[in-house]
Amino acid sequence: MSNNDVTRRRVLKTGAVAGAGLALPTIFTAQSVRAFTNEPTGSSVKLGFNVPQTNAYADEGADELRAYELAVEHLNGGGDGGMMNTFSSKALKGNGILGKKVEFVTGDTQTKSDAARASAKSMIEKDGAVMITGGSSSGVAIAVQGLCQDAGVIFMAGLTHSNDTTGKDKKANGFRHFFNTEMSGSALAPILEANYGKDRRAYHLTADYTWGWSQENSIRNYTEALGWETVNAVKTPLATTDFSSYIAPVLNSGADVLVLNHYGGNMVNSLTNAVQFGLRDKQVEGRNFEIIVPLYSRLMARGAGENVKGIFGSTNWHWSLSDAGSQAFVKSFGEKYGFPPSQAAHTCYVQTLLYADAVERAGTFNPCGVAEALEGFDFDGLGNGPTLYRAEDHQCFKDVLVVKGKENPTSEFDLLEIVEVTPRAQVEYAVDHPDFAGGDLGQCNPGA
Amino acid sequence: MLGLNKKDTSLLLVVAALTLLAPFILNPFPEGSAMAQFNAGYPDLMQRFVIFGIFAIGFNILFGLTGYLSFGHAAFLGVGSYSAVWIFKLFTYNVLPAIALSVVVAGLFSLLIGFVSLRRSGIYFSILTLAFAQMSFALAYSVLSNPRFNLTNGETGLQVYADDPQWFHRDGLPDLPHLFGLSMRSTYRLDLGAWSFDFNAGYYLCAVVLMVVFYLAIRIFRSPFGMMLRAVKSNQQRMNYTGLNSRPYTLAAFVISGMYAGLAGGLMAAMDPLAGAERMQWTASGEVVLMTILGGTGTLIGPVLGAGFIKYFENIFSKINDNVLHGWFAFLPDGMEDFVVAIIHPFIGKGWHLTLGLLFMLVVIFLPGGLVEGGQRLRNWVRGKPKTENTSGKTEPAE
Amino acid sequence: MDAILLQILNGLDKGSAYALIALGLTLIFGTLGVVNFAHGALFMIGAFCAVTLQRVLNLSFVTIDEAQKDFLGNPLKVKTPYVEAWFGPETGAAIIDWAVPLAILFTIPLMLAVGYVMERGLIKHFYKRPHADQILVTFGLAIVLQEVVKAFYGANPIQTPPPDVLQGSLDLGVMVGFDPNAIIYPIWRLIYFAFSVLIIGGVFAFLQFTTFGMVVRAGMADRETVGLLGINIDRRFTIMFGIAAAVAGLAGVMYGPLNPPNYHMGMDFLVLSFVVVVVGGMGSLPGAVLAGFLLGILESFASTTWATTTIPGINQIIIYLVAIIVLLTRPRGLMGRKGVMED
Repeated sequence: MSNNDVTRRRVLKTGAVAGAGLALPTIFTAQSVRAFTNEPTGSSVKLGFNVPQTNAYADEGADELRAYELAVEHLNGGGDGGMMNTFSSKALKGNGILGKKVEFVTGDTQTKSDAARASAKSMIEKDGAVMITGGSSSGVAIAVQGLCQDAGVIFMAGLTHSNDTTGKDKKANGFRHFFNTEMSGSALAPILEANYGKDRRAYHLTADYTWGWSQENSIRNYTEALGWETVNAVKTPLATTDFSSYIAPVLNSGADVLVLNHYGGNMVNSLTNAVQFGLRDKQVEGRNFEIIVPLYSRLMARGAGENVKGIFGSTNWHWSLSDAGSQAFVKSFGEKYGFPPSQAAHTCYVQTLLYADAVERAGTFNPCGVAEALEGFDFDGLGNGPTLYRAEDHQCFKDVLVVKGKENPTSEFDLLEIVEVTPRAQVEYAVDHPDFAGGDLGQCNPGA
Repeated sequence: MLGLNKKDTSLLLVVAALTLLAPFILNPFPEGSAMAQFNAGYPDLMQRFVIFGIFAIGFNILFGLTGYLSFGHAAFLGVGSYSAVWIFKLFTYNVLPAIALSVVVAGLFSLLIGFVSLRRSGIYFSILTLAFAQMSFALAYSVLSNPRFNLTNGETGLQVYADDPQWFHRDGLPDLPHLFGLSMRSTYRLDLGAWSFDFNAGYYLCAVVLMVVFYLAIRIFRSPFGMMLRAVKSNQQRMNYTGLNSRPYTLAAFVISGMYAGLAGGLMAAMDPLAGAERMQWTASGEVVLMTILGGTGTLIGPVLGAGFIKYFENIFSKINDNVLHGWFAFLPDGMEDFVVAIIHPFIGKGWHLTLGLLFMLVVIFLPGGLVEGGQRLRNWVRGKPKTENTSGKTEPAE
Repeated sequence: MDAILLQILNGLDKGSAYALIALGLTLIFGTLGVVNFAHGALFMIGAFCAVTLQRVLNLSFVTIDEAQKDFLGNPLKVKTPYVEAWFGPETGAAIIDWAVPLAILFTIPLMLAVGYVMERGLIKHFYKRPHADQILVTFGLAIVLQEVVKAFYGANPIQTPPPDVLQGSLDLGVMVGFDPNAIIYPIWRLIYFAFSVLIIGGVFAFLQFTTFGMVVRAGMADRETVGLLGINIDRRFTIMFGIAAAVAGLAGVMYGPLNPPNYHMGMDFLVLSFVVVVVGGMGSLPGAVLAGFLLGILESFASTTWATTTIPGINQIIIYLVAIIVLLTRPRGLMGRKGVMED
């Protein structure tokens, strides 16, 4: 067909032109007049809050959004200032960021990488957002982090627990405040040893995708180092809604501990099923059968109801922490919305403050300046004790909480009790830890 | 022109004009105005309109012409995306080989699945395609991303890493998908007074591809082959009794539409070099079915309209939040403002699914022929013609 | 041996839910010829009947307890359900405890009504429309229904525990001579299985042994002729739609204690139950039930360690693999009739 030829020739010509004038393409880019992507020029600055608003994690997303709105209010000088009063850095003045009023746009990640990227792109391309934050799963966090790296904006990750976010998939423009499976393992191990002893036989049920494998690997490493034996590790499809056929074989496997490497709806259902099958009341060779849920979230614990009682797990933050920062945050969140914030809300709120503070200290919205200000940043007063944003992998290091389901909750929010605040020194790991190998942070990208 | 009759030529020209001028058409509101929320003329969404348009056009060649309802077409799109990203990882960021391979691989994959599935018809065929696609999704999501044999990178999605070989990549070429050095992300922004319009290289590549495949679709619809496919739809049994074996024709249609899906997947990866498994899930297959029915099954332009409709809701309505609403209705007295916002609140932001569901129902109840019929009725109404007379020259249903 | 028996039990249990949903789908399809994509949503609504009743029973008045503090340091507001205040703490608590079985009582009339309204208000207008249109409109309805539920109850799962006495599990192994602890099975799962057998039996008996059922069966075979005999077949089919909705609702309300309901549980079951219906053979009621239990059992066996180590990933794809094999060897599923939905 003739028009095919024309197309090809035209294409070749375009290619030749573009190839010849590689110095030229600056006029092809939107940011030609700007120093970096979406440099705020007016009296306001726009942040992009990209959270799951539909599908299974919609409630987490809604809580994240509440935290973001609260953070924006505080940054603009509204409300009681929350954690800005307890934050060790005093760069934030309550007059927006660098004197610019903070505005925000919201989007729906649907907990799908594609949709999350589409939403983030629209924030960058259409609304001119200079920073993207949010998310409630690692797949989404990694996908959006990669996008932000390419586009030249900062990504402040929300809830993401997979090692890969700051391991294999780390990016210079991306920062994670949340903890990871490695930290869960190292925080949980001593508590498990103290409560359950050194010679347990563990049975793992693992959600069959990246995060699940990562979680199983970390827990196995640490428990096997204690002397525990791993009897079996079974992968369960993510789409599983009924776990009976995976739970039933546990009964006669000889195991005396069940580790549920599940999150969200998977965790609620597998735990409910495990309790149905009487695992919590079961005795194996004179010892109580135990269940462990390595990653807890209060919203999910609520879904699991009575079943969580007495079950150990780890969490990034909990509203019952008594430090001044946590108290201040719980107070302003609670007074605004009437219930305590979740760990996802906490991470998102803190990430927003940290970003704003880094911009203030750097004196610019330029992602490279912001990244430099965040790298190696030591701070305190945002919950979790003294915290470091490690420069080499952009992972936060802070205290990790070991919690267990509360036996006698006083309210519908009072579901978990803090067993131990594992100090930061104990959960730190080397930059070249094998579980985090293979990634390359790359260079910060300002986009222009 | 180009072997088309007058009606089809004008349709093609209309589509060409619409796609080429999309940056203007989709950005009718000045930037910074309250209505700018409804602007859709930014590169990512324009690309999506066109890519899903291509996907739906291809789907319609199978469903609209033969009546075979495939519930697994997303698998071909996903396979296309994966092959394109593998080209990026192994060889070069140039999009042409990536897109070419995605079409070829999707074609082969659809040949395989089509060969098996087309042994059955009706809902049995639908379930077979669904089963294949769901198997592909499940395997891509977990089994094929195990550390020993990582073909798909699972949940995270396949993407290009700095330590990938990229044998034909040279310094000086963009570190993103490009066409002989022209980055797919490069955008020229035209500021005209309060308005601003984005002209994006990637979008125009997609637009050119759309015009080509739209032209091909017209040719298929008007060819003897297309006639044969329609015959399959109206009465396959009778055709078989005349001694004609219809299987090669339906298989050809299946493979062609699979290649369209692969092309869409390849373009998607070319615009944004990441391929996630969710692209293959049944909901994604269902989406293209909805796009086609919503737009108008068996019409040429319908699927494109349906694709635009759904993607518009997904990307624009999900981003409207209470803050935006308060901005719009700030002129009302306080109590009224809160009341109006409270009324609209359930339908926007996290409620965009609800709005979409309601619109599905409304469209299918009141416009049995989809959006195309809506357009026809509107036109007839404007021209003052009686409702029953179908004088549309733009489109005609398959039967 | 005991492991195999356990997985058979699991399979029957999973299969119960599949079979009940597939039965309803087939009832609708067989009578009205409509492909109902909203059937999963009906299942979900059934489960949320229990959630709603639980909420209603837990409606509380608030007293302030100065001795305890809430998370903001204010005096704790203690909630006491009205039911406990009216009937005394013990009876009240017992009523709340029995919320799920009580919910069954009002699920039946409610779901019959929902089904009736749905058929008269919406589905009726789609008899003559192509299947694709039916799919689109019922899919739209399913989205609307689940979004409405989400707006009221959120996206996270909500526990609807069974009554205390029915929690826990039974040692079935001992009863039939195995070692203790060999076959332990949760009581509610056994109840669910028995319940589904009862419902399925009930529906078949209704169709087989009542005049109404006879007419419906005749209508399924040849609607036109039955209509010509002066029987108002449409009315009977509408009632069948209501019954199908009630079956889905009952399947849902009883399912709640097994796995806490969430707003998208219907969608999770929708595709699977369509596969079940088609594997069973379109329009065949026994086929749907048979396929439901069969796929449930196969799914259970595929998830054993033995199966997953033999064929990695088999537990992810088993249902679809079986569907493909069945459809390729038996063109119309296990018990399908010729000419139904084949064009």
